[in-house]
This record gives sequence, C-alpha cells and structure tokens, in this order.
Amino acid sequence: MNGNVIVIGAGIAGMEAAGQLAKAGYLVTLLEKEEEAGGHLNNWYHLFPDRRNGDEVIKYLKDQIDNDNITFLNGTRIDNLEKSKKEFIIKTNRAKEICADAIVVATGFDLFRSERKEEYGYGIYDNVITSVDLEKMFREGDISLINGNVPNTIGMVHCVGSRDEKVGNPYCSKLCCVTAVKQAIEIRENIPESKVFCFYMDMRMGGALYEELYMEAQEKYGINFIRGKVSEVGESFNHKLIVKVEDTLAGRPLKMEIDLLVLMAGMEISEGSKKTGKLLGLKTGENRFFQSRDNHYGSNLSNIDGVFYAGTCTSPMNISETISHARAAVLEVMDYLKNDRK
Amino acid sequence: MQFDPFVIPFNIGLYFILIYVVVRSVIWFRDLSRPDKLRLQRGFFGNAFVQSLKEIFLESLIHRKILKTNLRLGYMHMSLAFGWFLLILFGTIEADIFGAKHLNAPYKAIFFRFFNPDHGRMGIEAAYGFLMDLNLAFILSGLFLAVSKRFFSRVVGMKKTTRLKAVDRIALTSLWLIFPSRLLAESFTCGAYGTGSFLTGSLGSWLASFLPAQQMAYPFWLLYSLSLGTFFILLPITRYMHIPTELFLIFMRNSGIKTGDKAGTYSEVQAYSCSSCGICINACQLNFSAGITNIQSAYLMKAIRNNDDVSDIAHNCLMCGRCDQNCPVGIELSPIRMIQIRGGEAENYFRNIYKGYFRSQQSVTVEKSNGSAAYNFLPETNQKKADVLFFAGCMTHLSPTIKNSMIKILDASGVNYSFIDEQGGVCCGRPLMLAGQDKEARELVNYNSQMIWKSGAHTLVTSCPICYKVFKESYYLDIEVLHHTQFIKNLIDEGSVKLNFLRKNVVYHSPCDLGRGSGVYNEPREVLKHVSRLEKSKFEDENSLCCGGSLGNMKISYQKKNKIARDAAAELTKGNPDILATACPLCKKTFSSATETRVADISEIVAEALMHQTVKKNTCRQVNSIKELAGIS
Repeated sequence: MNGNVIVIGAGIAGMEAAGQLAKAGYLVTLLEKEEEAGGHLNNWYHLFPDRRNGDEVIKYLKDQIDNDNITFLNGTRIDNLEKSKKEFIIKTNRAKEICADAIVVATGFDLFRSERKEEYGYGIYDNVITSVDLEKMFREGDISLINGNVPNTIGMVHCVGSRDEKVGNPYCSKLCCVTAVKQAIEIRENIPESKVFCFYMDMRMGGALYEELYMEAQEKYGINFIRGKVSEVGESFNHKLIVKVEDTLAGRPLKMEIDLLVLMAGMEISEGSKKTGKLLGLKTGENRFFQSRDNHYGSNLSNIDGVFYAGTCTSPMNISETISHARAAVLEVMDYLKNDRK
Repeated sequence: MQFDPFVIPFNIGLYFILIYVVVRSVIWFRDLSRPDKLRLQRGFFGNAFVQSLKEIFLESLIHRKILKTNLRLGYMHMSLAFGWFLLILFGTIEADIFGAKHLNAPYKAIFFRFFNPDHGRMGIEAAYGFLMDLNLAFILSGLFLAVSKRFFSRVVGMKKTTRLKAVDRIALTSLWLIFPSRLLAESFTCGAYGTGSFLTGSLGSWLASFLPAQQMAYPFWLLYSLSLGTFFILLPITRYMHIPTELFLIFMRNSGIKTGDKAGTYSEVQAYSCSSCGICINACQLNFSAGITNIQSAYLMKAIRNNDDVSDIAHNCLMCGRCDQNCPVGIELSPIRMIQIRGGEAENYFRNIYKGYFRSQQSVTVEKSNGSAAYNFLPETNQKKADVLFFAGCMTHLSPTIKNSMIKILDASGVNYSFIDEQGGVCCGRPLMLAGQDKEARELVNYNSQMIWKSGAHTLVTSCPICYKVFKESYYLDIEVLHHTQFIKNLIDEGSVKLNFLRKNVVYHSPCDLGRGSGVYNEPREVLKHVSRLEKSKFEDENSLCCGGSLGNMKISYQKKNKIARDAAAELTKGNPDILATACPLCKKTFSSATETRVADISEIVAEALMHQTVKKNTCRQVNSIKELAGIS
C-alpha cells in the first residue's frame, strides 16, 4: 500500500481518520494547530447520553494515532497549500514542505461566540457562562458564582447562536438540547438543593437514548423546562441576574431572578476551516459549513479531487457520528488512491 | 395664411390640458385642510411666491439638483425642460415680433415656420432663426440621451431605469416624436423656400436635393401637431403630469405645508410630482445590495397615482430615508410611505378612464383597535428628583454594554441623574405609532411624560435614536432632549469628564434615525475626534448607509438583510479601522454579525477613554439601591 495523506486537524475526526489510514498502510501526516491533540473533546468532562468520562474517548483516539505510519505535527499552522498535478504541497510554519497524494480536511467547528448575543450578557455579567465554562466547573468539581457562593437557581438558555436568523445562523446545532439536559442533571447531582430551568424553543432529542435522558431529567431530577426564548438578561442591584422570557405554553411573560445562567452555545464552522477552505478553494453552503458533493452518498467528497471531508467541518455532529464520518472519509481516500485517483 | 386644419390636434390637446390643470388645482385646493389653505394664501402674498419662482427656475427648468448628483442625467432633464421652455418663449416672441400681427393664438407660435415659411432670410430675422435652431439642437441632444437611457440606462450614468406602463409608453413615444417631427417639418419647409439656419436650413436643403420638400413638409407638420396633442391629452394619466404638478409642489412646500401623517392634497401633489427619474432606485440599498428592484419610491408613487394595491411595495422598505435625501424634486418619500403602511391595504378601485383623470383620493383609514388602552397595571410613577434623566430604551436594554457605559459616563460626570427605565420601563411609543394605534401610543406618551415632569429634570438623555426622535417630535416636553452623543459632547465641552486619547482608528456609521431622521451629524463626530483618530468613509452624513437591521421591513428575507449589512460594513471598514463606531443599539447589533471589525457604540468608546482618577462616583444610585433593598420607597 503506498500513498501519503495529510490530515488537517487532530480532533476526533482527524485522529480517527489518521489512525484508520495508518492501519491500512498509508503514510499519514497529522497537522494540529494546538499543542495538544483532541480538539473540543479536551474541554468536555462527561459525555451524553451515558455520561461516561470524555477522557476514555480521548485515550482511544490517542492510542489510534500512536502508529509508526503517522507523523503528528502539533503547533503547526499552514502557510501555503498548492496542488500541482495530482500532488499537494503544504508549507507550514515549522518550515517543512510536506507532499501528499490526498488531504483529509478535519478542521471542525468553533463554538458560537456568545458575546455576539449581547442581550444575554455574556462577558458583561459575571454569572453568565457558556456550556463549556460549566463543563470546566464540573471537571474541577467546583460549581460556584464569581463571589464563591454556590448557585441556587440556575437557568439554561438553549439555541444561543443556533436557529437564530439575527446572528446569521438559521440552522440547528443539534447537540445543545441534549447537552443542556445532561448538564442540568449534573448540576442537580452536584447541588441537590438547586433549581434548574431550561428555556427552550423545541426539544430536539433525535439520538439514541436522548429522549430517555430527557424523561429522566424531568421525572427523576425535577428539572423545569420552559418553552420560550429568553429576550433579555439584566442585573439587579444585588448582582442577581434578571431573565425576561415568555412562557409560550402558559402564554405569559416571566421575569425571573437567577443566580447562574448557562448559555448553550451553538456550532459554527471554525476559523481554521475557513482559512483552509480559502487556501484550497473549497465550497461552502448556506450555513457556511463546507458543502459536500452529494448530500446522500458523497458527504465526504469536496469539490476538489483528492480533498476529503471528515467530521464537523461539514455540519454539526455528535462524537459517534464524527467517528463514523471519519471512517467513511478513509474509505473514500482509499478508493481514490487505489483506483488511479479518479 | 391664418389657419390650417393640421393644428386642430394640437389645439384640442392644449386647451384640454389647460382646463384640466385649472379644474384639478381647484379640487386640490378644496381638499386642503383649513390651516394649509391659510398657509397657501399667506404664501401667495409673501416671500414664498418669489422663492417658489426662483426654485421653479432652478429645479424645474435647470434641474440643478440632478446636475449636482449626475451630470449627464441632469443635462438630459435640463435640455428637455429648459430647452422646451426657451423654445416656447422665443417662439412666442418670434411670432409676436415677426408675425403678421401681435398677440397670436398659441398655435401660431408653435407652428410659426409653417405660417411664415419665407421668414428669416436676412439680418435680425436670420439671427433669430439661428437662436431657434440652437434651441432645437439643445433639446434634440437631450432627447438623444433620453432615448439612449431607455435602451441603455448606463449612458446617463444610471444603473437602473424605471419600468413603464402602456399609457406611459404611448405618451413617451409621442414625446419623443415631438422634436424630431418639428425638426423634419421645419427642415422640409425651409428646404422648399431656401430659408432656415444652420440646422433646419442645412438639413432642409440637403433633403430638398433629392426629395419633394414642398409635399413632404405637410405630413410632418401634422405629425408634430398630433404628437403634441396626444402628449397633452395623455399627460394627466402618465408620469409627465409631474411637469405641471411640480410647480404646485414647490409653491406648497415654500408656503410651509408638510406631509404629516394623513393622505391628502399635499401627499397627492407629491405623488404626481414624481417624474420617475429613478434616482431613488439608484440610492436604494435594497437595489444595489439585495437586488430588489420593484419597490423603490418611484414605483410607490406610481402605484399611488394608479390606485394600485401598494401594500407589497410600501412594506418592503428599510425606511432609511436615503431616497428622501436624494430625491431631486424634494418629495417627502418616507412620510408618504408611512401613510401607506399605516393605512393598510387599499381598496381596489374600479378602474376606468375617468378614474385615471380624476382619481378619487385613496381613503387611507387607520384601523383602530376595539379595546381601550389599559396600562393600569403599570406601577405608579414615583420619579425622584434629578437634573438629568437617562432613558435607555428597549433596544439599549438589549445591548447592555451601551447601558453600562452610559452609567459609567454619567457617574464620572458627577451630574445628578436618574436612570428612569433601569428596571425596564415603558416603551417610547414608536412601535404603536407605526402600527397606527395612536390612542394606545398616547397612553405611553402620557405615562412617560408624567414621569419626566415629576422629576423636575432639565435634560432627557436617551441612547436610542428612535426614542430620541420620538421624544423630540411626538412628546410635548419642555425640557431639552438629547441623544447621548450630544450629551457626551456637552460634558466634554464643559470639562465635566476627562478623557484619554485612545490611539485607535475609528470609522463612524451615522444611524438613519439620528442622522437623516433627526439631523444630528456633528456631535458624534466631534466626540469621536476627541478620543480617537476618526477616519473618513465614502458614505458620510446624509449619504450614510443603512445597516440593514431595520425592524420596519417584514417582507425582506434575512439573507438579504444580512447581505445589506455585510455590504455596508465592508464599505465602512475599507480603511481597516480598529473600531466601527455607531450611535444606535440596533446598528451595533446588526453590524456585529456582519463584520470581523469590532463594532462599538460611541458611549462604549468614551467609557473606555474615561480617566480613572476623575471618576466622581455618583452616590444617588447606591443610596436608592440600599433603600430598595431595605424595602423603603
């Protein structure tokens, strides 16, 4: 088996793709801009739906890339990328020129910058945090307000930067609902006397065991789900957050005092993806994620021969979907390299 | 020769249009409100009349404003209007001096050469003939541009030109035929008699060299008369009605009549004064950013004239006022659109010819809600005394950085102020006014006014240009109303706040309601110049762009809105500034998701520049907070 493949991005998709390609006998160069491989998964403590530890998945992936066929280059940024005939030449900041026969783009997503929804007060009020900040608190085992007190009333805002035309993201990020449910349960477990309110538009529980988790959250953990979009967040003189929301099921406006507000930030195509896309001339769709050549049977194929997509640079995905998508990308690469690059 | 049957079409047309204009003016005058009638009467004997004559000369004939914005388009309009005016004027003088007798019927002047074919052989007559030819050449050059504009709109520097209805086409054709047929008619006559100057003379002798000029002349004189007659008869039901109507408009405007918020004579006169020149289409961001080309003001005016259903056109607008600013006729386009929006869907009129000529006034009735406005759930106004009131407004509450920055600035300034809607207040009333719910809006206005009066404050500061405009125009407050940029400017001038220079490059976006809407252009710039390096952009002041975030337009898709925002932001950030500054929470929000450049309200930049040692903490707020905490009111 011969052929050199470059995998851009060592998150879940990149690591899995690199590992599978190496196993098949290809020589892989895995590029990562950060020092550490693992991507967003490094920020996560427990995973839905079974709440296993995220580190277990990271360990599996790190074992995958521990292979002689893989050169892992961390802290690497691509300066230039050229395609000459059927070969790709990449120049990086580490002054290396790397040649490859195929490229797997696994550049992933960025979380929506919640500062852009200024009305929710992220970056303005201390006790407004994002789902990632909360996950960090879980990991540290210390869920507290800025003044060190333990929060009593916690609100969770769904769809921050998703299904929101005003910020230019009409699409659903798909994972925030179940993340909110998981995190709400964990808050109740960590602070048994707390009250948790989830403000949602629709509960989209379209995954294995998601719905069950949602039922459990209501029945066992007594989490309150209020259908309505938060309109604005303010701060009272004693530094409590005041949340204005309309309960659209009860048909009345609510004004609640809350200690901690968690914003379920959505997913957007990453800055790294945008840069890579620009260098390669990759097509993006309406939602600004990369556009696959075919929605049904070509989701790994890009508009350029020899460039393949893996993972969330094409659309929001959970971990199992990302791993499947990366494996599918490997099949496409093998097909391309074996059958004379057509 | 005193008369020939070919002049009949012209005569019919001319007398028809003269009578029509008189009847129409009487109807229009009758429908004016009493105060407006008085204004008109006062204007007639006052300055307004002289002023209007001057303006009619400059705008209706010379077309100064169009010349300023677009030289070629201006020349086209000027040559047709001013040229035609001169042709009529000189023609009348010619007929009077050189004709058989003085005080001729109008047709004698128009068809002078037909009745005096032998005229203009030498001396003063020839010189006058030269002048007349020059005039005709002047018009023909404009006509050439007009014809080209119809087929290739870029010839006159326009990206788009207006689309026409069938009657307009006939009228347009007859207008186009008038001057070429006159040229040919005069040339043939001159050719036959060996007279004429550089244009008619030369063309005439050349044509006579191979054509029977004597026989050819008559059909063209008939065509000339016919096209004039047709044009006059169709005038009232086409856009060319703007020619006589604009004179009324100018006089009415100079007499101090305003559009207001109800349909009436003035709004109708304005609709008829629109020449469909298309300048508003070129100025409209919905056109050049979003590619929507059928809703601009020229089309709205046409739809109003035709009694068409305007709801689709009227609602698809950002209400940014760029067209008002650019309209060479000075039509108050946005207020007229507002009337249409408030009026809801118009009744469908049975169209007949009579309706075309005597349009019944569109009955724009504002729907009233059945229920009575009940705001008794609102807390009793218990406003404490303060010198300065700060009203953030709902949009500012959705952009808390602006609110917090203003609190910081107010605290630093040491003025005795009160934040009247700190815990969420009552709306300024604008959304209800836009919905036509005047009575309900009045309730809000009363509630806020009471609160403001009770405070005894001398100044009201607001952070939202919409609130600012409403407080200024729809409230009867006897205190100074300031937008926060004006207030900050005053603080800087008085030395109440000390600011650092930020060493940042800033470009300023003037919000529609603050700039074009309220005429506040300088204060925001002065403030920015004080704390940063202010860059210039291509779209300044009156010409500033709309951010695209307008809440008024419910017809446009979010993609198109976003496109407008991105295009506008890209234009503004061409010089790679550090900050794109604005003075409106809505503009800030819209631009934030349209550009990578940092977007900030002026208050944020000023708050950042505050010198820390000068912060004179205002204790008012703290005391009140403690009181509130202790349950004392």
